[in-house]
Amino acid sequence: MSAAHDDHHHGPAKGLSRWLFTTNHKDIGTLYLWFSFAMFLLGGTFAMVIRAELFQPGLQLVDPNFFNQMTTMHGLVMVFGAVMPAFVGLANWLIPMMIGAPDMALPRMNNWSFWILPFAFAMLSSTLLMDAGAPNFGWTFYAPLSTTYAPETVTFFIFAVHLMGASSIMGSINIIATVLNMRAPGMTMMKMPLFVWTWLITAYLLLAVMPVLAGVVTMMLFDVHFGTSFFNAAGGGDPVLFQHVFWFFGHPEVYIMILPAFGIISAIIPTFARKRLFGYDSMVYASASIAFLSFIVWAHHMFTVGMPIAGELFFMYATMLIAVPTGVKVFNWTATMFRGSMSFETPMLFAIAFVVLFTMGGFTGLMLAITPADFQYHDTYFVVAHFHYVLVPGAVFSIMAAAYYWLPKWTGHMYDERLGKLHFWMSFIGVNVLFFPQHFLGLAGMPRRIPDYALQFADFNWISSIGGFMFGASQLILLVVVIKCIKGGKKATAQVWEGAQGLEWTLESPAPYHTFTTPPDPKLIHAQ
Amino acid sequence: MSNQGPTSATKKLVRKLMLAAVGMFGFGFALVPLYDVICDITGLNGKTSGQYTVAEADTMAVSDREITVQFMAQNSEGMVWEFHPNDMQVKVHPGEVKVVSYRAKNPNDFAMIGQAIPSVAPNEAAQYLKKLECFCFAEQKLEPGEEIDMAIRFFIDENIPEKITKLTLSYSLFDLTDYSEPAQEITAR
Amino acid sequence: MLPKAKLWLGLVVAALMTLSTNLQAAWELNMTQGVTQISRDTYDLHMQILWWCVAIGVVVFGVMLWSIINHRKSKGAVAASFHESTKVEILWTVIPFIILILMAIPATRVLTEAYDSSESDLDIQVTGYQWRWEYRYLREDANEEEVAFYSILSTPRDQINNDLPKEEHYLLEVDKPLVIPVNKKVRFLVTSNDVIHAWWMPAFAVKKDAIPGFINEAWTIVEEPGIYRGQCAELCGLDHGFMPIVVHAVPQDEYDAWYAGQQQAAAATRAAANNVVTLSAALEQGEEIYNRICIACHQANGTGLPPAFPALAGSAVANGDVEANIRLVINGVPGTAMAAYGRQLNTVELSAIITYIRNSFGNSTGDLVQPADVNTILQEAQ
Repeated sequence: MSAAHDDHHHGPAKGLSRWLFTTNHKDIGTLYLWFSFAMFLLGGTFAMVIRAELFQPGLQLVDPNFFNQMTTMHGLVMVFGAVMPAFVGLANWLIPMMIGAPDMALPRMNNWSFWILPFAFAMLSSTLLMDAGAPNFGWTFYAPLSTTYAPETVTFFIFAVHLMGASSIMGSINIIATVLNMRAPGMTMMKMPLFVWTWLITAYLLLAVMPVLAGVVTMMLFDVHFGTSFFNAAGGGDPVLFQHVFWFFGHPEVYIMILPAFGIISAIIPTFARKRLFGYDSMVYASASIAFLSFIVWAHHMFTVGMPIAGELFFMYATMLIAVPTGVKVFNWTATMFRGSMSFETPMLFAIAFVVLFTMGGFTGLMLAITPADFQYHDTYFVVAHFHYVLVPGAVFSIMAAAYYWLPKWTGHMYDERLGKLHFWMSFIGVNVLFFPQHFLGLAGMPRRIPDYALQFADFNWISSIGGFMFGASQLILLVVVIKCIKGGKKATAQVWEGAQGLEWTLESPAPYHTFTTPPDPKLIHAQ
Repeated sequence: MSNQGPTSATKKLVRKLMLAAVGMFGFGFALVPLYDVICDITGLNGKTSGQYTVAEADTMAVSDREITVQFMAQNSEGMVWEFHPNDMQVKVHPGEVKVVSYRAKNPNDFAMIGQAIPSVAPNEAAQYLKKLECFCFAEQKLEPGEEIDMAIRFFIDENIPEKITKLTLSYSLFDLTDYSEPAQEITAR
Repeated sequence: MLPKAKLWLGLVVAALMTLSTNLQAAWELNMTQGVTQISRDTYDLHMQILWWCVAIGVVVFGVMLWSIINHRKSKGAVAASFHESTKVEILWTVIPFIILILMAIPATRVLTEAYDSSESDLDIQVTGYQWRWEYRYLREDANEEEVAFYSILSTPRDQINNDLPKEEHYLLEVDKPLVIPVNKKVRFLVTSNDVIHAWWMPAFAVKKDAIPGFINEAWTIVEEPGIYRGQCAELCGLDHGFMPIVVHAVPQDEYDAWYAGQQQAAAATRAAANNVVTLSAALEQGEEIYNRICIACHQANGTGLPPAFPALAGSAVANGDVEANIRLVINGVPGTAMAAYGRQLNTVELSAIITYIRNSFGNSTGDLVQPADVNTILQEAQ
C-alpha cells in the first residue's frame, strides 16, 4: 500500500513545521489527541483542586470565588478541550483508513480547525491569571450570573467559545464531506464501520447546534457590552430564554460526546469476542433515533424553572423515550459478547467497563427524567454522579479503549499490556470510588457547585476525594504507556488483534504516512 | 494528495453545509421571537400579554365566579424606590373591570427612571389577566422625592379555568436610570 | 466465614466507623421521605424507578457476566456466528417501551398533584438575594402590619475557616427561620432580586427556581411540626454554598402567637428610628451585622477581594464624608455587587454598621452615626 515510488508520497517534513503546516490526516489526528490529553490533565488538575477543597468540611485551600472558577473551568476544559477534540482526533486518524480514503476531504481546513484550538484555550486559561479571575458562573453559564453579574473576563470566555465553535463546525463539515464523498468503491453506507456512522451523525449534530451556541454567546456579548436585553428582565428579556437556547445546544452536545463512543465500543467488543457485531442495522437506526430525540428533550434540564405542566410532561415523556434506542445498543453489545470467544486485553476491559458503567449512568438518567423525582435530584450531587458516570467511564473510557486498541496501528509497537491493565484497574476502581458515593450525597441533599458542606456529607466526600486522587494519579500511567509504546516495544503485525475486522487492519503497522492513495481492493470490504 | 484541491462534488457539499451552519446561527436568534410567541400563547413564563382596548372588555359577560387577585411588589437589585401596592388583594368577577394602584417614590436626590415588569402566578393564569391600562408599558421617570400612584385597570377573562380561584400579579421594579450620563444633571442641581 | 476473614471484616468496619466524623448523620444513603404527601409520593416514585433499574441491570449484567465467565477463549469457547435477529430486536424495543409506560403513569399522577397550587391558606413571597433569602407574608389588608424579614446564614465564619469546631447544624442554620403552620396549605411565590437562585426544601420535595423579574409558585402542607433544613440549589455566585433555608413548622396557635409578636416587633422597630445609641452598643451591633452580611465580600479583616469587592480598610468612603458614606450604604453602587441596604436593614442597623466600618480595620474616624442621621437621609428628598 505504501507506494513509495509515487512522486506525491514522500514522508513527513522534519521539525516543527511538519506539525504547523501539516495537512496529513494522521498528523492532525495525532495533534488533536495530544492536545486533548494535555487538556485532560489541565481539566483534571482543576478537578483535583475541587476534590481537595471538598475533602473536609470548612474552607481549607481556596476561597469560594476561586472554587467557582475551578468548577467552571473544569467543565469547559473537559467538554470542549478534552472529550470533543479526542473524538475529532480519532476521527481524523481512523475515518480515512476505515473507508479507504487517502485523506480527509478538506486537508487545509483540517489544519486550520486544529490550530484554532490552542489559541482558544490559551485565551480561556489566561483569564485565570487576570485580576478579575476566570469565568465563575459554571460551564452552563446561566444568565444573568454570566452577563450582568459576570467578571470582566466573560468577554474572553465568549470569544474562546466562538473559536471552539468555529473549530468544531469546520471539523464536522470536513468529516461529513469525507464520509459522503471519499468512500472507496464498494464501501456502501451500510458497510461502513459503526465508528464512521456514529461520527457522521455526530457531525450533523455539531453542525446543527454549535452555531446555536455561537448565537447564545453572541447574545450574551450584546447584553454585556451593547445594552441589549436578550436575557435581562429589566429590558423585556427573559433569563429563562437563555436556558432554553443553551440547552437546545446543550442536550445534543451530550450526545455529541457519547455517539462516537458507541462507535468505538461497537468496534472493540466484536474484535475481542471474535464474533460479528450483533444487530448492525439496528445500531445505525438507534444512533439516528438518539440524535433525533436529542433535539426535543432539552427542557428536562430545567424542570424547576416553572414550566406549565403540559411542557413538563412532554419533556418527561420524550426523555424517557431515549431509554429505548440506548437500551437496544446495550442489548446488542451484550448479545455480541454472548457465545463469543472472549479475551480480555486492555481495550476490551475498558469497553466492558464502558458498557456496565455507562448503563448505570443511563439508569440514573432515566430516574432524572421522571419530573417529580427530578425536583429532588435537580442540581444535587446525584446529577453530578449521573453525568460523570456517562462522561468519565462513558466517553473517557471509550477514548482510552480506542487509544489502546489502535495504538499498535499508529506506532507500530504493542503497548505494555501489564501497565495497560494496571491503568485500567486503577482507573476502574478510582472512578467508582470517586463517583458512586456522589449518588448518596445527592440523595441526602448536597447541592452541586458548593465549596463547603454540612457535616452529614463529610464521609462520602472524603471517600469521593480519595477516589478522585486515585483516578487522577492513575492517568499518568497512560502517559507512560503511550510514550513507551512510541519509543519501542514488540513489533505489531498488520492485523494486530486476532478478531479485528476492517480496512485499517489491512494496512501495515505503523500505518504509512500516506494510505489508500489508490482505493483498496473491494474484496477487502466486508459487511460489519 | 495535499496539493490537489477538493473535487467539485465536495465543494458543492461544503457550500451547503456552511449554509446550514449559518442558517442554524440564525435559528438561534429566531428562537428569541419564537419563544415570545410561544409564551404569549401558553403563558409559559407568566408574562402577561399586551394592552387591551375597552371595546374588548365591554363585550365580556360578567360571571358569578369570584376570583381573588393578589398584588405583590419587589425591587430588583440596586433599585431604591419605595414601591408597593395600595391594595393587597381584591375579589373580582370575571369580566368585571377593576382599578387598583401601586405607589412609587423616589427617595434619591436626583431624578431616576424605573420600569416595572409584570409576572403572574400561576403561569397559566397570565393569559386570562387582561390589562386595559398599566404603568408597566412605559418607563417611569420620578423627580427627586416625587411620589406617585400608578393605576392598573384590568379584567379577568371569563374563560379562566375553573380550578384557578386565586392569582397573584407581581411587579418587579427595575432601575433604568442611565448613570453614565446624569453626572452633569446631578451636579447642575 | 473463616475466623480470620471475620477479623479482617471487623477491622475494616471499625476503621470506617472511626473515620466517620459524625456517626448520627453519617451514611445517609437515600432520598428523604419527607413530611408531606408529595414528598412521600416522590420518594415512592423514586424507589419504584430505582427497583425497575436494578431489575433490568441484574438481567443485562447477569447475561454479560455469565458470558464473560463462560464464553472466554482461554476456556476454549468457540464463537457462534449469529449476528442479527429482527425478532429479538423488536422484542427488546417493545419490552422497555412497556416498562416506560408503567413508569410514566405514576409519574404523571404525582406531577399533577404537585402542580395543584389552588386553595392555599397562607401565601409567602420568597425572594432570593446574593446571598440570603427574604420572606414576606402576604397580607389581605394594606393597613395590617407587615411581617417580612431576611434569613441569613448564622454559622460563624470562624467555623467555616476552621478556627472553631463545627457545630451540629454547620452551614444549615439561619438567624431567623421561616415559620409556617402545620396542616395548612402554604403557597410560596418564589422570585429573585438579582441572579437565579433555587429554593429547595428536601423534606417538602419543593424546589423552585427564583428568577429575577418572574414569580414561580410552589406549595406544601407540612404534616409534622419540626425544624426543616435546605439550601439554595442553583449556582448564584460567590456564596452560593452559604445561603441555607430553615423552616420551623409549628401548630396553628403557636404560629398565630409568633405572627402577632412579629407584627409588634415590626411596629417597635419603626418607633426606634429616633432612639439615641451609644458607641459601644453601635459597635457591638455593627460587628454582628458585618459578620452576617458584609463579610462574604469585604472579608473579615476588611481587605475585600479587589477588584470586584473593594477593601474597607483605609477606603476613601469609610474615612471620608459621613453623609456620603451613609448614602452609599443606603443606595448601593449601581452596576456593582454593592447592594442598596436602605431597604434591607432598618435605621438602627444601618447606623450601627456604618459606625462599625468607620471605626474598624484601622479606620479611626471616631464617628458615631445615630439612627436619626440615617433617617434624615432616608427621608431627606421628601
